[in-house]
Amino acid sequence: MDKIVPFSEAGSVKPEQAIGNITTDSHELEVASQWKLIWWKFRRHKVAMAGGLVVLAYYIVALFANFFAPVHFETYQETYVYAPPQQLHFFRDGQFFPHVLGYSFERDPESFKKTWTINEEVVIPVSFFYHGEPYMLWGLIPSDLHLIGTANPEAPFFLLGADKSGRDLFSRIIFSSQISLTVGLVGVTLSLLLGIIIGGISGLIGGPLDNGIQRLIEILISIPTLPLWLALAAIVPLDWTPLQVYLMITVILSLIGWTGLARVVRSKFLSLREEDFILAARLDGVPQGRMIFNHMIPSFLSHIIATVTLAIPGMILGETALSFLGLGLRPPVVSWGVMLQETQKVVVLATYPWLLYPAVAIIVVVLALNFLGDGLRDAADPY
Amino acid sequence: MWKYILRRTLYMFFTVWVITLISFAIIQLPPGDYVTNLMNQMTRVSGVTLTPEYEAQLREQYGLNEPIYVQYFKWMSNIILKGKFGDSFVYRPPRDAVELIAERLPVTFTLSFFSLLLIWVIALPIGIYSAVRQYSVGDYIATFLGFIGLAVPNFLLALICMFITYKYFGQAMIGLFSADIVDAPWSWEKFVDLLQHLWIPVVVIGLGGTAGLIRTMRANLLDELKKPYVETARAKGLSELKLLFKYPVRHAMNPFVSTIGWILPGLVAGEVVVAIVLNLPTSGPVLYDALRNQDQFVAAGFILVLSVLTVIGTFLSDILLAVLDPRIRLE
Repeated sequence: MDKIVPFSEAGSVKPEQAIGNITTDSHELEVASQWKLIWWKFRRHKVAMAGGLVVLAYYIVALFANFFAPVHFETYQETYVYAPPQQLHFFRDGQFFPHVLGYSFERDPESFKKTWTINEEVVIPVSFFYHGEPYMLWGLIPSDLHLIGTANPEAPFFLLGADKSGRDLFSRIIFSSQISLTVGLVGVTLSLLLGIIIGGISGLIGGPLDNGIQRLIEILISIPTLPLWLALAAIVPLDWTPLQVYLMITVILSLIGWTGLARVVRSKFLSLREEDFILAARLDGVPQGRMIFNHMIPSFLSHIIATVTLAIPGMILGETALSFLGLGLRPPVVSWGVMLQETQKVVVLATYPWLLYPAVAIIVVVLALNFLGDGLRDAADPY
Repeated sequence: MWKYILRRTLYMFFTVWVITLISFAIIQLPPGDYVTNLMNQMTRVSGVTLTPEYEAQLREQYGLNEPIYVQYFKWMSNIILKGKFGDSFVYRPPRDAVELIAERLPVTFTLSFFSLLLIWVIALPIGIYSAVRQYSVGDYIATFLGFIGLAVPNFLLALICMFITYKYFGQAMIGLFSADIVDAPWSWEKFVDLLQHLWIPVVVIGLGGTAGLIRTMRANLLDELKKPYVETARAKGLSELKLLFKYPVRHAMNPFVSTIGWILPGLVAGEVVVAIVLNLPTSGPVLYDALRNQDQFVAAGFILVLSVLTVIGTFLSDILLAVLDPRIRLE
């Protein structure tokens, strides 16, 4: 029974253009390695290239979050609770002078709620590569260099607004990427390990074991993921450390994620078994282990990479949904889903719409990963 | 054919059995049980600590101190023989989980059904158009929108819809009925009111699936369009439109049936989270509360029923596919 699995076989677009019309001289083409051919093919896919660059940029920002964020994600200014976003101006009176404008507020006499207005009079100079809050990069290198910020720590600087505690949303979104993006990577790595081992066993050994594994996968796929995730996430005890919760969440996400990968690996092993070069290797008496690692895996590694890339967005969205519902990561850990928790009440959202900015970060990176994965899948088989 | 159906039926029963094990195990996994949870809550709220004797008595009463396999066996035999899923611990007076499920499930499946319908109605024409006019402006737009649909998590879409309706219509379109009409008996007005509220969750839940199906439809049809039989039919002078719908589209339609198997769990999952955001009277919020309170019979019941119904849906789609495409039976 051939079922279509969301992120593996489904929607696979056959490579439309042959590699032949690449403008390289034909001799180079003949001797090019598989990876070189893949790269040439991928390079032609402009959208995928753009997606790849965006993904790269995201991971660089996550790696150097301390540098890119103006302040630490827990730094707060209680005067500026729910301050709206400030626009970054580059010129003043015709001269290059990066600055933001300050705020003034009125307090509603009844509800004591602050209404913020931008005050044209107050000019807060902004500098690039300035020395501000000190931090330890990766817990090792002491530094105080930031990409952008104000020299005066008292002055408000909220490019994307402030949240309910007066914390800078922009900095928090940047720090969130560390958690949200690595959940995808760690989760996918776990899924991949499970998928390759189980799918490999299923495809290589075959017989009743294969049948059993396939039934198990069908069962797991037929359970609606979210109730299952919710149920598993509800198990995480409240007194666990953030690191434990983080690991648990990735394990939960990959518990279901491995099934698709296992199916891809299995079908690849099955089809490879029939290939002539494998038969040749077998007749040459190549031992099983070397056969798998030297001959079989390299020939479908590119497919696996493409499938894995397409699996990451699902993990990121899964973590976001869980954290959003309050069953995933919990404050003080900050991820995009945790940040979005604040928007659950429609009144809050309608009054402070900038709280939705983390969603933009999610959508952009998920789109980019999808484009990248799609391009990789098309390029995976360059022949 | 009958052999095929028999085999699938056996698989289905096996699957259902494994799902009962999984549902029950999930509920048993959390450290502590309902009684510990209850005690923590009482200590937190009123500062009262229960005596160990009372605690033991509560456990006795709920049957929580028996070995797990006995609990599982009791649970299963009650479901099969009496149709009872076990009392909820939270409601006073105690209500059987099956009542809660029966209350909420029809709405869940109505929503899922309409979403599925919407997915088909949108994805079919757009998928065909994208394939026939490959690399046209329309194809690029459809592809782009498809990707957006995949990238926007549906709870976020729900939030945005809520935000827009709140901002521009003055009230958030949450729930399935307006506040003043929710308890009224069924009438035409109530039905219209329901339809007014229903479209948001249906669109929100359906969007992700639509995007996926458009891509599948497009890819499948592209494969079919390149096959020699299309060329032959064209050479014989069949009009393009007739040709398209008579052969390749029918072939490419297969995923519409076969994907029910994975769209359905996706819809039910999407429904759960969207319902929590939009506060819909479906299974989502109840399951969520049950999980947070360790109300084990309700939680297990919901997971079980949602999964089993999904499995039945998949089973029916498999059979339907075998009816439509005889090649599958021979496998």
